[in-house]
Amino acid sequence: MEKRFMTGNEAIAEAAIQAGCKHFFGYPITPQSEIPEYMSKRLPEIGGVYLQAESEVAAINMLFGAAGAGGRVMTSSSSPGISLMQEGISYLAGAELPCVIVNIMRGGPGLGGIQPSQSDYFQATKGGGHGDYHLLVLAPHTVQEAVSLTMEAFYLADKYRNPVMVLGDGYLGQMMEPVKFEKATTHGELPTKEWILTGAKDRPPRVIKSLYLDPEALEKHNLRINRKIHEMIKSEVRVETYLVEDAEIVIAAFGTVARIAKTAIKALREKGVKVGLVRPITVFPFPYKTFEEITERVGKVLVVEMNLGQMLEDVRLGVCGKAEIRFYGRTGGMVPTYDEIAIEVEKFARERR
Amino acid sequence: MEVGTKEPLYETVIMAGFGGQGLMFIGKLLAYSAMKTGKHVTWIPSYGPEMRGGTANCTIVISDEEIGSPVITSPKALIIMNNPSLEAFEPRLQSQGRLFLNSSLITRQPTRSDIEVITIPANDIAVEVGEKRTANMVMLGAYISSVNVVSKQNLLEGLKEFFAKKTQFLQVNTTAFERGFTHSKH
Repeated sequence: MEKRFMTGNEAIAEAAIQAGCKHFFGYPITPQSEIPEYMSKRLPEIGGVYLQAESEVAAINMLFGAAGAGGRVMTSSSSPGISLMQEGISYLAGAELPCVIVNIMRGGPGLGGIQPSQSDYFQATKGGGHGDYHLLVLAPHTVQEAVSLTMEAFYLADKYRNPVMVLGDGYLGQMMEPVKFEKATTHGELPTKEWILTGAKDRPPRVIKSLYLDPEALEKHNLRINRKIHEMIKSEVRVETYLVEDAEIVIAAFGTVARIAKTAIKALREKGVKVGLVRPITVFPFPYKTFEEITERVGKVLVVEMNLGQMLEDVRLGVCGKAEIRFYGRTGGMVPTYDEIAIEVEKFARERR
Repeated sequence: MEVGTKEPLYETVIMAGFGGQGLMFIGKLLAYSAMKTGKHVTWIPSYGPEMRGGTANCTIVISDEEIGSPVITSPKALIIMNNPSLEAFEPRLQSQGRLFLNSSLITRQPTRSDIEVITIPANDIAVEVGEKRTANMVMLGAYISSVNVVSKQNLLEGLKEFFAKKTQFLQVNTTAFERGFTHSKH
């Protein structure tokens, strides 16, 4: 198959279209505006709908409507825009509507900046909106992986009837790499959507809602959603381990930082430092088990993020006191370099218990 | 060198200048042409509120192996199109690295002595070939003749694809590239 040379943003948009996304609602914001731009060109060509909403709040609610009508739907934004969407995301989770939300993160809090960041980790993985729910969150670290995970996101959203987030950062969105668009062969059959609103002619009406005033009914509803979350935890954890077999120290990093860490690891290995990488691909569900297992034999874990210590908390839960943990983070749009990461690893390696 | 003992290819270059000088374009062209020969490539721009006249830069990595960081602290080469970019990036060039300087616009001298400096009057050459906007192609020509990361032929094939819908500009860009390529040889 012919390789194409694309930015992460364009590749995500094309992947969505190839995954059957016919409806996109969004509002431009740097550093992800190429996604809506691409969609505005491509969707009309394939008989789909591109709609630039008046705001992110409107966009996410349009997603609610289109998902309820049964379409494969997507929106994309960057950090401040995703914050605006949180109410709608909670409603989508509550109403069990499948959709894909792309967050190409930039520095925060507030309007922050436009340079890359990973500081929406908590928001993405721990709720973001109100209520008992979780998004399934996929964190690609290359443009090719952004393609495969975006396609995957649509499948998982339908499989679980739950919103799925693709979590990238400004660098992933802006950088160009060669990509191939290959459909996954591992996707099972999906059930027919027997809950969608198509007009109730000759059948009893259906209702899509997140409102349950009877607490007993709401508890039952939440428990059902929670069973799906547990099914995700059981079946959907994805993680890459890199050069961990003989490692004495492992770096934990996701997304762009993980690939920068790989360069640091290569340089360190040439100097004889036995260092590896654990890279969560799903940040929810989080690969706690990998950390449990790895700390059976590795005594040191360095967490590196483009934030001030968010995934760090999940790593702590996985490591559970069995290894020393250090943290190195840059924030506000600053990106850690491989030199910085290498220095942190060497410093940590020299430390005695 | 014997086959099999060859070091794997790993080339890094930062291209910097004014927005509008076509650095993003030649960066993409270089990465695309290398991709066509089966290499791993990354291209990453500076992105920001800059626009035409502001500063812009991009980083390209070309490798035989999977690429980790697309961001490079100390590149092996620099293509520098204006004074502010020289100031910003010269300190970051690797020792023994190659600095390609557009001497038509750059008035100050590089300060380091541990690097190889290749000066090309890119804007003057571009004017000579009849299109002042091809200074970027002159610089790329000089780079390719000195850093064998893709062949001239592969690069020109890439160029043809990039100008597939604007064939009227292909010839002048090719000529500019050739002039840069041969200039660097002398």
